[in-house]
Amino acid sequence: METNFTHHQSAHCENGVASNLLKHNGLNISEPMVFGIGSGLFFVYLPFLKVNYAPAISYRPMPGQIFNKLANRLGLKIKRQKFSSEANAIKALDENLKNNIPSGLQVGVYNLTYFPDEYRFHFNAHNLVVYGKTETDYLISDPVMENVTTLTHDELNKVRFAKGAFAPRGQMYYPIQIPQNVDLKGAIVKGIKNTCRDMLAPMPIIGVRGIRFVAKQIRKWPVKNGTKKANHYLAQMVRMQEEIGTGGGGFRFIYAAFLEEASVILENSELKILSQEMTAIGDLWRDFAVEASRIYKNRSTKEDAYNTIADELLAIADKEEVFFKKLKQAIR
Amino acid sequence: MKQEEVPQDKGNLSNKNMKELVYATDEKGNYTTALSTGWEPKTIALTNSIDEISERIAIAKEQVKNNEVSPICYFMEVSRMDIGVLASYVGMWQWRVKRHFKPKVFAGLSDTILKKYAESFNISIEELKNFKTK
Repeated sequence: METNFTHHQSAHCENGVASNLLKHNGLNISEPMVFGIGSGLFFVYLPFLKVNYAPAISYRPMPGQIFNKLANRLGLKIKRQKFSSEANAIKALDENLKNNIPSGLQVGVYNLTYFPDEYRFHFNAHNLVVYGKTETDYLISDPVMENVTTLTHDELNKVRFAKGAFAPRGQMYYPIQIPQNVDLKGAIVKGIKNTCRDMLAPMPIIGVRGIRFVAKQIRKWPVKNGTKKANHYLAQMVRMQEEIGTGGGGFRFIYAAFLEEASVILENSELKILSQEMTAIGDLWRDFAVEASRIYKNRSTKEDAYNTIADELLAIADKEEVFFKKLKQAIR
Repeated sequence: MKQEEVPQDKGNLSNKNMKELVYATDEKGNYTTALSTGWEPKTIALTNSIDEISERIAIAKEQVKNNEVSPICYFMEVSRMDIGVLASYVGMWQWRVKRHFKPKVFAGLSDTILKKYAESFNISIEELKNFKTK
């Protein structure tokens, strides 16, 4: 069984799956468009939640939200199913493939055998598309991979029922209805407004204020936790920031690409200028990652090094605050 | 980031011949996509985490050897889990899993419970029971 699905590589898994599934269903929408309309740019700091023994920092909204928001704003219908029994999950997927429906799945990363060993962690918010089945394997289109790949029946079952935070519980989703004409302009404006609201939220752990909060904490890390732990926290932060499927700098570049595309569709030249500003902010995030990596590579014990990168982070927060205020004005 | 600045460092991805897709601007300042083999700051961050885990595994091994903890703790570290993740895999409360870390309690565990752990770690019950720290 094989559906005539075309694989396109993407920078982020959820955008990629959404974009690929919609393209398959005749709606040509790019990855940056999905990311922008679905309001994928986000920041939240959860100091009380520990991931890999370090405070959790997320640069993205909850898994599934990007696609859900996109669907809402474009008037698409997506069917989402979770399963309590593994047998039913397999049956539902096979049924879909028989009916020529490539299906998106939320999976855990740890048992994805085609990933390099170093990337296999208990992270459950990865997304991929299954587009076919053979005697022994499922045919997989993982959007962060260059080419399509395969997993054995048993392996796919394992990743679908990975356990821990955000356990996917076999979650499967696919578009069931796509309107003839979608209101792209309205959806773009809604997506931008949502992102501005998130990033400028009057909450200490979210958006720009969340970034400032982290900067403040970074100064305290080496004093409060010792250099070793502080270095570990910092390394974790950079991993969450720049690794496959998540993003600090990377996300800014996707967002800038979205603004560029949006400026053409909305015929708003201001968005093009803002796109360039976003690119500059993305570069700052990358500089931050470089500086941070120097600290934990040299096992630097200087407290001052932490203050320097905290300042750098504060500068980013200031720039982003100005940026999102301008963006809010630009689409009024 | 400009297209020509897209990092092409050697790292964990290039070892497996994988490339990731990134967005970057071309010479006219318009966005396009490019492939990257890896980026040093990322590789360092990842290496840091892997080292951290290796250290935890070594400590756990030592503790099993000194009969301070049960092999469950060691295999948990090897599988890159923490207590929360492990408890979720075996479907037990965290305090129960923690209790099973005690060598004395571990020695009295039934095969049904050991099987749950073994399956979560992708090993056989025998491997779990007869774990030897060489």
